Amino acid sequence: MFADYSMGELTAIFAMQGFAGLILFSIFVLMALGLAIIFGQMGVINMAHGEFLILGAYVTYITSHVFQDVMPGLFSIYFFVAMILAFIASGALGMFVEWALIRHLYKRPLDTLLATWGLSLILQQAYRSIFGAREVGVTIPDWMMGSVYLTDMIEVPINGLFVMGLTVIIFAAVGALMFRSTWGRSMRAVVQNRTMAEGVGIDSEKIDRLTFGLGCGIAGVAGSAFTMIGSTGPTAGQQYIVDTFLVVVFGGAGSLLGLVASAFSISQAQSILEFFLSGSMAKVLTLLAVVGILMLRPQGLFTLKLRK
Amino acid sequence: MTDFTKPRQPAGPSRRAVLAGGAALTASLFTPKGLRAQDFPTAAVNTTGLAVTDDTVTVGILHSVTGTMAISETGSVQAEKLAIEQINAQGGVLGRKIQFIQEDGASDWPTFAEKARKLLVNDKVASVMGCWTSASRKAVLPVFEQYNGMLYYPTQYEGLEQSPNVIYTGQEATQQIIAGLDWVSRDKGAETFYLIGSDYIWPRTSHKIARKHIENFLGKKVVGEEYYPLGHTQFNSVINKIKLKKPDVIYAIIVGGSNVAFFKQLKAAGIEMTEEKPIVLSISTSEDEILGVGGENANGMFFSAKYFQTLDNPINQKFVSDFKAMWGPESVVGEVTHNAYIGPWLWKLAVEKAGSFDIDKVRAASPGLELDTPAGMVRIHENHHLWSTTRVGRARDDGQFDVVFETADLVEPDPFPDGYQ
Repeated sequence: MFADYSMGELTAIFAMQGFAGLILFSIFVLMALGLAIIFGQMGVINMAHGEFLILGAYVTYITSHVFQDVMPGLFSIYFFVAMILAFIASGALGMFVEWALIRHLYKRPLDTLLATWGLSLILQQAYRSIFGAREVGVTIPDWMMGSVYLTDMIEVPINGLFVMGLTVIIFAAVGALMFRSTWGRSMRAVVQNRTMAEGVGIDSEKIDRLTFGLGCGIAGVAGSAFTMIGSTGPTAGQQYIVDTFLVVVFGGAGSLLGLVASAFSISQAQSILEFFLSGSMAKVLTLLAVVGILMLRPQGLFTLKLRK
Repeated sequence: MTDFTKPRQPAGPSRRAVLAGGAALTASLFTPKGLRAQDFPTAAVNTTGLAVTDDTVTVGILHSVTGTMAISETGSVQAEKLAIEQINAQGGVLGRKIQFIQEDGASDWPTFAEKARKLLVNDKVASVMGCWTSASRKAVLPVFEQYNGMLYYPTQYEGLEQSPNVIYTGQEATQQIIAGLDWVSRDKGAETFYLIGSDYIWPRTSHKIARKHIENFLGKKVVGEEYYPLGHTQFNSVINKIKLKKPDVIYAIIVGGSNVAFFKQLKAAGIEMTEEKPIVLSISTSEDEILGVGGENANGMFFSAKYFQTLDNPINQKFVSDFKAMWGPESVVGEVTHNAYIGPWLWKLAVEKAGSFDIDKVRAASPGLELDTPAGMVRIHENHHLWSTTRVGRARDDGQFDVVFETADLVEPDPFPDGYQ
């Protein structure tokens, strides 16, 4: 396969392939982070995660139109505004859903699965009714398209670098929030022992609502960022949901470190295999490996020790 | 049948000469014939108990308007309703107004079969315009054959099928593929091809035909062929592989949301389709799909198909303006939407030639029928597919195409191609 190429060409291709793997890794972390927070901290399997993601994408779509029509001069920076709005919209919807639906089902985890699945169908049909069944095209500012040349032969897509940067920032922010803030401490206390946490005066209902809102809000930001690389349509969220669950379950619920390890191993395995085999075979082999490892280690790569 | 003032197609003269024998059968859209229902008594035109009365005839529309396929099938439903409205405005079929019963296949193949049975058995519709994916067509096929219905199927598809109960208004694979490959190899001097597709029957069968044609008939080289699961959104690895292999042509048959991801990432990776090489040639990315991809991301891509919204002929201009008047100025018309539009017209033509709504008579009357459509003249083949023109268009940044090539003659449909299996 490589006989006809010079050393320089091969180095360049492998460097670009390395970046492709890192970009995939960032995307996995970004899309799974919200789900991991909700699943890990609250034990709720949010089947509507993909739809919260797409809400962020639609918010980006609307924002791009508003900027185009009202203030075209600022179009090149609309994306940052859109991401903030996406966070607020998805987060607010998340908190509302927690209040209206999820909080009644905390003691019935299987029912949350069904309820959020139903919610995902409702949201899909709502998007279809509001925005139409067709995919919408989100116009991305010019500076975010194209690629940068690191050397003469190594070029890296700008949107990929953007997603990588965004992932680092959001991950650091979530980490700081969970391990450095009062709210994070309360949240971890509720996870470790809900009764005891309530006993020392923590409002666990409020913590639940904020946690769910945060998870959904991050999904919204992810959806906003994904308008650069994927499609925006009523059912586009379904494209992400399988990979998202895979990453979270493989990593071990509730562990941010596990999330990173799992996203890294799956993304690297997939992008290396895709390079040497075809796309469908790469997916099959990756899934087989994940299944095999989960059979040996059902709790995932990393787990929190909890008092049950 | 005597309207000889019909507009000429771009490739008109040469083709017209070849087909002069059949010209008398050629019908033109938008020319009322003024047939009166009382000249065709219901008892005579409907001997098999279809839903035909003295002044109406009922047909079925069977597409997904909910679920994942709604994105693609909505345009087809709109086009079929437009055609029915226009036919009614001209006085209907055999003097009878068309009424339609619309059923939702809900992107679920067993549902398609169930709804097809309902339309044929309970509603006794005289014909059905419907289905989109091959899977849905395969699901309803036994129903149509069992109850002897007639389905007008609009999507370009992989071929390898020929049912007495289906008229295929889209192109089968060889019609769409071969002319495009010949063009890119002859006019663009392409030597190497990279085939990429979504992983299901249509792309796989089409690429099989493409590979045979490239290697055995053109004597050129395929340097890569691969498939990605439906809904796949990460194409960076394959784009790196393409950069390594440097093919002249990237031949893409990607569908759905993957399409959007592929073109966005291709552009982001610095592969400029507006330049001379590489050429991206697709058979799955019509005006409809570009809506989601974004014109700026598809700019410069080539698409090989029968129909383009920009086709410069009066029939098409009227079709596009009527479509926009009915469904909004923002709407676009793609390949399948156009094919769906000609379904009711072909049915009307067959019924009026047969002088009857009976399925068997309509079937017998269908082969040889010619119709001037927005995509130029088409003729129904004995195998129930259409002779049609194949064109290649190049995408502009507004999401429309400039036609850069069209076949001089109608391309014969060949659903079971020798040498391509």
